[in-house]
Amino acid sequence: MIAGRLLKISDRGVLVTLAVILIIAILVPVLHLLVPPESAFHIPAYAMALIGKYLCYAMLALSLDLIWGYCGILSLGHGAFFALGGYAMGMYLMRQIGSRGVYGNAELPDFMVFLNWTELPWYWHGFDSFAFAMFMVLFVPGVLAFLFGFFAFRSRVSGVHLSIITQALTFALMLAFFRNDMGFGGNNGLTDFKDILGFNLQASGTRTALFIATCLALGASLLLCLAITRSRLGVVLTAIRDAESRTRFLGYRVEAFKLFAFTVSACIAGVAGALYVPQVGIINPGEFAPANSIEAVVWTAIGGRGTLFGPILGAVLVNFAKSWFTSALPELWLFALGGLFLAVTLFLPKGLAGLFDRKAAGGRRAVPAAQPEAAE
Amino acid sequence: MLLAVALATMLTIALMVTHAMAADLATEIKSLDTSNFAQKEKAIAAIAATGDARVAAVLTALNDNKLLIRKADRLVVIAEGKGNVKIENAATGEALGEAAEADLDRIAINNKIRRQIKVILGGLTLFSDDPAVRLKAADDLFRSRDLSSLQPLKDALAKEQDPQVRQAMMEALAALTLVSDAPEAEKLAAVLTVKARGDQDAIALLSSVAQGSDAVARAATEALTSLEWARSFWDSLQNAVYGLSLGSVLLLAAIGLAITFGVMGVINMAHGEMVMIGAYVTFLVQEVIRGAAPDLLDQSLFIAVPLAFLVTALIGIAIERSIIRFLYGRPLETLLATWGLSLILQQAIRSLFGPTNREVSTPSWMSGSLELGALTLTANRLAIIVFALLVFVGLLLLLRHSRFGLEMRAVTQNRQMASAMGIHTARVDALTFGLGSGIAGIAGVALSQIDNVSPNLGQSYIIDSFMVVVFGGVGNLWGTLVAALTLGIANKFLEPFAGAVLGKILVLVFIILFIQKRPRGLFALKGRAVEA
Repeated sequence: MIAGRLLKISDRGVLVTLAVILIIAILVPVLHLLVPPESAFHIPAYAMALIGKYLCYAMLALSLDLIWGYCGILSLGHGAFFALGGYAMGMYLMRQIGSRGVYGNAELPDFMVFLNWTELPWYWHGFDSFAFAMFMVLFVPGVLAFLFGFFAFRSRVSGVHLSIITQALTFALMLAFFRNDMGFGGNNGLTDFKDILGFNLQASGTRTALFIATCLALGASLLLCLAITRSRLGVVLTAIRDAESRTRFLGYRVEAFKLFAFTVSACIAGVAGALYVPQVGIINPGEFAPANSIEAVVWTAIGGRGTLFGPILGAVLVNFAKSWFTSALPELWLFALGGLFLAVTLFLPKGLAGLFDRKAAGGRRAVPAAQPEAAE
Repeated sequence: MLLAVALATMLTIALMVTHAMAADLATEIKSLDTSNFAQKEKAIAAIAATGDARVAAVLTALNDNKLLIRKADRLVVIAEGKGNVKIENAATGEALGEAAEADLDRIAINNKIRRQIKVILGGLTLFSDDPAVRLKAADDLFRSRDLSSLQPLKDALAKEQDPQVRQAMMEALAALTLVSDAPEAEKLAAVLTVKARGDQDAIALLSSVAQGSDAVARAATEALTSLEWARSFWDSLQNAVYGLSLGSVLLLAAIGLAITFGVMGVINMAHGEMVMIGAYVTFLVQEVIRGAAPDLLDQSLFIAVPLAFLVTALIGIAIERSIIRFLYGRPLETLLATWGLSLILQQAIRSLFGPTNREVSTPSWMSGSLELGALTLTANRLAIIVFALLVFVGLLLLLRHSRFGLEMRAVTQNRQMASAMGIHTARVDALTFGLGSGIAGIAGVALSQIDNVSPNLGQSYIIDSFMVVVFGGVGNLWGTLVAALTLGIANKFLEPFAGAVLGKILVLVFIILFIQKRPRGLFALKGRAVEA
């Protein structure tokens, strides 16, 4: 019924994107599992993992779009939520290794044995359970975002200041996770995963299942964001983006709305990170690097913020370009990425989605031109 | 042991008394040719008693098993090398050519003799003609606390004229007294002498004496406490200096950022790259000077500072004219665009100069260090503190007392009103951006002296600079100064007990919390302009 209502509100971009995700979710596994490896249409395991990775990034970009494109909050630290979700998943996967580690210690992960630790730190307890780990994937980023947002929005930290302290947040977390004493594997992070829910992570079947799960999660996040942005709540969010003070004067609790969007967005980012880790096979503190978060912002900007399908498009395209550039012309990649930043901000303020929008005459304006709420 | 002490004492007295008797060194050396160790000891004592200039050489050779006897004529020689050895007459030092090892007999010694030799040699260095050698001997004695040297030390002290060496000997004597079985009163006095010395060795000695419960141990504990206090005082002072130096680096890196942010509301993510370019300008200037006029190398920084300012200011103005001015009123987009720019600049420098560190030399007047009490101030740190303050004062004067400064402040406070009053705001923006970038450039010259000049140089400072800016608030340079120094000092004071990384995390968390309390920083600009 809800789906029916959603479909009624026709958003061609979102519908097309959902259809494409569905097709990919079916087509890629079929081409991977059923087409023989000799065939030109066969998709090898690494390529499927790569596409899965792009889709995880797409979820991260989508989560950013929810707060930036619809609520005007530019987070330069969203990679932190992504990485925290990833670490929660990584901890579960570490516990699944059991006694198959290099040191063969059933109680402790290898890196703890290496550090001469004798017992599991308290915060590692419970991660033997998949359900608990999945709960933490949502809970840890959600709580951090809630607390951070609660204080930040209540004291009306906004605009550039907010962007900078989100950057400080992820930078501080990066430094913290680099420390061996934190108990998260320090520099090397968590890796050498063996299996998930008892299935071997290297097996084609497991990889395919993970891939389909990623597609489903992306589709579900897209529907969730659609539901939020098309509800009355979403209208208020857009109002906050366009004129925060005016919305406040109309009687809305701006902080509460922002906090809601920020927390939901962090949870989506956490799920994206959790799906990312088993497909990539490693999570390390580098994921917290401020540069990663800023890059994610650029996927969103390139795709077109304020539309739900734009960021997905942007994330996939930019990462595809990155994969191609870094293997073919590694020294040119930073020029290309930097050029993209400039080109998009200068010439395509609505991103790629804006191009479609321009063609569809009479279509809704995706992003109103910049807000001159900038005297701050 | 006691026997050895007694013997050594005897020996040295003999050494002193018989100094003038000029016994024949050759004869005494000859008497080493015996298999009886007791006789050897006597012979060694007699050798020492001759007071001959070659005593040290002979005894050292004996200790090192290099004193041998030629089988043919039973002459005692000093041998050097292996296989075919070069030999010389032990008594005269006259070279005797080469000899096969098989033709030589070793003079065997035992541990007792080794101790005896050590004491004699120690005594000899205490009586050396060179004050530096005497000083070192006394200091060594303070550390080794070898009781067998007590008597020679006392004798040497009685003769000593040089006040510095005398002081060192008194301290060594006090150290020996503390480990000997001297009466309590003497030991208490010794504790005071050692305390007055107050360095790491003194602390080590006192803590070894402080065990126990007698009056001496109590006095030592007391002295130790006061020394520890003094040390922690100097440590804090040293930390404060380190913090000040880090703070002035932050000030240099952040102050340009604060200006552009204050005036234009623009966060320039490429600011770090301006710093990096400034450092590379320094490198290039030095390269050119090295080729053209090597004598000027010491003055290279004086050329690099204005040049770096000029280059980065021009780049800044170009950036403002070509990119930033199209993005006014969209601060978040500006942030992204400048980030993209920073990636391009980094990669450009990497392509031009390679990814590795470039070497920038430090002028001779900036190397070396200054000692103030227990405080070490390295000249380059000191120079950077002074330089940062100069830049700060210069900017302050520019903003207060120039037409441009006036216009800049007007635009900061109220852009529309300033424009209405006839201020050409676009020009002010371009010049402000140029100024901010130029200051980043001269910050780069300073940083090239203490950090690696690599394409990533700017990245390592950019987040800290942001922290300084949001902590200090914009629109007031004093805010930047206070914030930079506070953060620098806080970092360095947290380091000793939290570790460098955790200290940094604590500072970041503190700033994140602080922003909640004062969203616009320490020195926020007041007035209606800030509330949009």
